[in-house]
Amino acid sequence: MSVASAPVKVGLARKILRINWALFLLICAIAGIGFLMLYSVAGGSLDPWARPQMTRFAAGIVLMLIVALIDIRFFRWASPLAYLGALGLLVAVEFIGKSGMGAQRWILLGPVQLQPSELMKIALVMALARYYTWLDRGRVSHPFWLLPPLALIAVPMLLVLRQPDLGTAILLGAGGTMVMFLAGVSWWYFGTAITLGVGGIYTVMTSRGTDWQLLKDYQFRRIDTFLDPDTDPLGAGYNITQSKIAMGSGGFSGRGFMQGTQTRLNFLPEKHTDFIFTTLSEEFGFAGSVSLLGLYLLVVVFGIASMLRNRDRFGALLTGGLTSTFFLFFAVNMAMVTGLMPVVGVPLPLVSYGGTAMLVLLLAFGLIQSAHVHRR
Amino acid sequence: MSLNRDRRARREAQRRNEALGAETRPVTRRGLFLLGAQLVFGAVLAYRMRQLQVVEAERYLLLAEENRINLQLIPPVRAEIFDRNGVPLAVNRQNYRVVVVRERAGDVEKTLDRLGLVIDIPDHRRERIRKEMHRKSAFVPVSVAEYLDWKNFAAVNANLPSLNGVHPEVGLSRGYENGPLTAHVVGYVGRVTEREIEAQKNPDPVLQIPDFQIGKTGIERAIEAQLRGEAGTRRIEINAAGRVIREIDRIDGAPGTDLHLTLDLALQAYCHERLGEASAAVVVMDTNNGDLVGLVSNPSYNPNLFVRGISPDDWNALLNDKYRPLANKWASGMYPPGSTFKMVVALAALKAGVIDPNERIFCGGSIKVGRRRFHCWKRGGHGHVRMIKSLEESCDIYYYEMAKRVGIDRIAEMARQFGLGAEADLPIPAIKGGLIPDEAWKRRIHDEVWQLGDSLNSAIGQGFVLTTPLQLAVMTARIASGKAVEPRLIRARGGVPIPVTEPAALGIPKGHFDLVRKGMHEVVNSKRGTARRSRIADDEMRMAGKTGTSQVRSITAAERAAGVFKNEDLPWERRDHALFVSYAPFNKPRYAVAVVVEHGGGGSKAAAPIARDVMMRALYGPEIPLRAYPPGQRPERPSPEPAPRPSQDRGTSRIRT
Repeated sequence: MSVASAPVKVGLARKILRINWALFLLICAIAGIGFLMLYSVAGGSLDPWARPQMTRFAAGIVLMLIVALIDIRFFRWASPLAYLGALGLLVAVEFIGKSGMGAQRWILLGPVQLQPSELMKIALVMALARYYTWLDRGRVSHPFWLLPPLALIAVPMLLVLRQPDLGTAILLGAGGTMVMFLAGVSWWYFGTAITLGVGGIYTVMTSRGTDWQLLKDYQFRRIDTFLDPDTDPLGAGYNITQSKIAMGSGGFSGRGFMQGTQTRLNFLPEKHTDFIFTTLSEEFGFAGSVSLLGLYLLVVVFGIASMLRNRDRFGALLTGGLTSTFFLFFAVNMAMVTGLMPVVGVPLPLVSYGGTAMLVLLLAFGLIQSAHVHRR
Repeated sequence: MSLNRDRRARREAQRRNEALGAETRPVTRRGLFLLGAQLVFGAVLAYRMRQLQVVEAERYLLLAEENRINLQLIPPVRAEIFDRNGVPLAVNRQNYRVVVVRERAGDVEKTLDRLGLVIDIPDHRRERIRKEMHRKSAFVPVSVAEYLDWKNFAAVNANLPSLNGVHPEVGLSRGYENGPLTAHVVGYVGRVTEREIEAQKNPDPVLQIPDFQIGKTGIERAIEAQLRGEAGTRRIEINAAGRVIREIDRIDGAPGTDLHLTLDLALQAYCHERLGEASAAVVVMDTNNGDLVGLVSNPSYNPNLFVRGISPDDWNALLNDKYRPLANKWASGMYPPGSTFKMVVALAALKAGVIDPNERIFCGGSIKVGRRRFHCWKRGGHGHVRMIKSLEESCDIYYYEMAKRVGIDRIAEMARQFGLGAEADLPIPAIKGGLIPDEAWKRRIHDEVWQLGDSLNSAIGQGFVLTTPLQLAVMTARIASGKAVEPRLIRARGGVPIPVTEPAALGIPKGHFDLVRKGMHEVVNSKRGTARRSRIADDEMRMAGKTGTSQVRSITAAERAAGVFKNEDLPWERRDHALFVSYAPFNKPRYAVAVVVEHGGGGSKAAAPIARDVMMRALYGPEIPLRAYPPGQRPERPSPEPAPRPSQDRGTSRIRT
């Protein structure tokens, strides 16, 4: 390693001062909102959700700070290992996680339940960042050198889709694509991919009812309900219908903390996980939901700003990729619960109840902080 | 070498520097682009939230309330019905029932097994319970047993600690005290059917309550709306599973208005007792205010069976009974009035001025009109007959002559003045109007010309003429009072007596009435009267009346020749109906009594004694003095009257259930 490419070396005290404390506070604020909502959802009780969530957050935030102080070069070195490890776990879950519950495949590591697909969200970004740091700048858009990153993205995506976990697969794919975009892959590829995708979907949908129909009728019907849940208000559409009712009934200023009838009377599904934003919207109204959205966007702004100021390619790409993944998290979740997008099962970051997701997110922020602390 | 190496190192550094410059710039540009895109999407989300939470907030708030709040009906308490003395006839009984809540029972089968040790749960009901539980949510109570008696109910209560999820409940259900005695008046309620709901234009939402009971016959049906009352509502908060979380508020409904009928239950009981096995109807009416004190159709049935849902066996037994217990004979039984119609004919003739009451008409046993011969009931004839004697001995020939003189239309007009041929305005759905024919009627219905023979038949209450026992009582009351007394069945509403409107005069000269009344007096009290055996010996209470015997078939010439027209020789269904109408006391009339005994034979033998006994019971009450009976008929001791008791099997001798 030459001095030129090395991040600035600083003492521990300087490092601590260089931590992005504003971002840290933002994260704490969002998590705090999460605790409040979990408390409300449980009917004004710390159990069964708020207390474990707080414990995990406390552990996670310490982890984040420790990670922030570790030299970013270590992570650059460890990236391939992290990717291979997460991939191994994903494969392992195929075999030993079989008795898991439905779509969510868990793996037991000692006392900790782990969702390898969550870990993969970070590991994939790390691996791609590492790849583009290694790859000569001039070859980024060379078709051959596109194949390794695409494989890096596709393999975990397919494994996750098999689980099946559409939400995580979308996050992985979109997150990976964003890293490729930041790395400088030519616009042409993205343009072409989007055109082909849209064209393909258009072709399939217009084939309906013609002689050359590409899908079976029941598959089309399934797509219908997926795209427009209102056609099945008591089945697939129940969740989203109730969710919209909850949000809308919150009005501008909300029905008050712990006063949401939709939440309290169990009309809302998954109210402590994927649909927790709905509870917030119902109880704190438009003001509350836009505030949370603002906090999230602020995190994104902080992340991208940190990326722009970082002249270390690995650190920058890692920060950009993780920030984008974080953005995808809350954007997909909010689009889902507001009925802009079909329900795919993505939790609200830092707010929804869930151990792995919380730890992984804080780990990701730890990496972002590390890149920030050790920036050039 | 070193120079070479130096150059290479320099070139490398240069390239790296260029690369550095080259690599930072795109990240900056693309990073800004990405941030921009993300912020734009954030704006889209914010716009969407604004649309949901600000623009459409009201709509969603409404939907949330609809989700949350459920409007429930509180069934109203049905009005109770009492007799004129306040004895309950139709009441809301406590229905002891047992329900099981699945989620609290744990193992339902085990609970039912245990409950089965305490009360009887037939297998078929168990099957139904199982199905119902399967269908409904776990917290919905499912009825296991209803109408338990107190002993069983108490047993369930005592065993509650070992019966998880079992709840004893007390609900309200219609009960008819002394049900059979008033079944044909009060009627009964039953579960509302889909058809009944569909038949209504704006069905009361309360009808949608499962197992809601509405009136099916009788008063219960006729004034259902008054009896039902108004349902209350309560708003309850429910959760997504439909469980009631709390009651938000309630608006109490109004119970129906209690009724006091004009009926006297004790008299009803007496009538049934007195009728015994006979298929008969009795109507007792107050001649002054029209109160219907007794309305009996015998045999009767137990209306309580219908409230709980009658079993097929019971139902078939009622249907196949040849005495037709379900038929309301006093209201819808239409019988030819026979000779009881003769007063009407006499009054019509007097009014028309076609007869002098002292004119003598010769009765030789039969007369010939056209090619047909018309007979008097007395084959040998009555000889010369004046009006009073014509009633006293019920001479048919006299009335044939009257019919010839006055014509059917004037008879019909007179009949209608006495309430015949029209439905009385009473809250009884079964009520029928009978039939008073006239020339126009025959032309309209049969498209035939009225024949003189038709008039002759009508004049003795045969032929087309049909009347109900109720109408006969009204007719008699009007003859007795001289006024257009209207029958009434409801005496007080909500405890407030309903004022009686003074009946209008009939506009018939008193002299005419006196003649007819005198005739009726002689029927019962004179030596030659047809109902002499059924007189009331007490001078104060003397009764006037008229017998009637109406044929249900025409006697063929062959039968007449063979001499087979003795009733006793005929099968029951073909025997004559026995009728008797009466009022008493003669000098100051109080009650009119009409009796029809189906296929009972002669009116004087089958109907008059019943009418007399009923009349005495009405006049004297349960203690009938011996002096009221004619000598030779006095019972050794006055028959102790069976007082009506709450139990249903006493008070009448023949109750079909």
